[in-house]
Amino acid sequence: MSTSTVTSQESGPETADRRLYTAPLVTIRRNGDATTVFLDLPGVDAAGLDISIEEDRLTVTGRKAARSQNGEPVYTEIRDLDYRRVFELAPSIDTTRIGANLKDGVLTLTLPKAEKLKPRKIAVS
Amino acid sequence: MNLIHYRKPERSVWSPFDRLTTLQQEMNRLFEGTFGEGPSNLFGGWNPALDVYQDKDNVTVVVELPGLNKDEIDISIHEGALSISGERKQEAEKDDAETFRSERFFGRFQRSVHLPSAVDHDKVTASYKDGVLTVVLPKSEEAKPRQITVSAS
Repeated sequence: MSTSTVTSQESGPETADRRLYTAPLVTIRRNGDATTVFLDLPGVDAAGLDISIEEDRLTVTGRKAARSQNGEPVYTEIRDLDYRRVFELAPSIDTTRIGANLKDGVLTLTLPKAEKLKPRKIAVS
Repeated sequence: MNLIHYRKPERSVWSPFDRLTTLQQEMNRLFEGTFGEGPSNLFGGWNPALDVYQDKDNVTVVVELPGLNKDEIDISIHEGALSISGERKQEAEKDDAETFRSERFFGRFQRSVHLPSAVDHDKVTASYKDGVLTVVLPKSEEAKPRQITVSAS
């Protein structure tokens, strides 16, 4: 088995900016040249999503839309925490062409392999 | 039933159990990171996290169901209990795809909750947005609080 080009840096609740976050659950898959990362972010809309890349670290932060006033809580399991997860990217990933799509609370990140690293044939003139 | 968010107790400065507490917290962190939110079943099931609220007119049930098609969610009410079930399918991939990490749940799920009040079955509405299902169940007239005027005799 080859090694993943994307590795999860941290998992579990963590603090950053003195806020408490929860780590969203992920699936990391590689399909040929592209790596796909799926994150479960229920309750987060496009406005509450922040994806940033700094050097080889990709950080996803998801803020839940303000909980609507539904009355008094009778029973609660949903944690009122925002999401945050950091991934370390292999140098083979082209960070300028990362794609992101958020649908029904699932974020799909597409991380293509850099063109220069793909095998190439060199024509002899 | 009343479930309140767990709050970490204040740690006293000289407690000899400090290290033990820290270790326990670390273990909790570890498991939270692996199994996610809500009470999950270790043996492969998925129990999506669920909230129940009520005010004088409605009972509202909120369930975190990321990545579902709204047609794949079944909602039913029977004898004062609300049941939500469905199936979550994994994203389609080519056969040669390699999985490096797999934490998310797929497959069938079912959650049932006892409703804290009688509701009007015909007026129940449900909406699905950003992976969150919200079911609003208007209370039946008999269940609403009423003012009773005392008549002078």
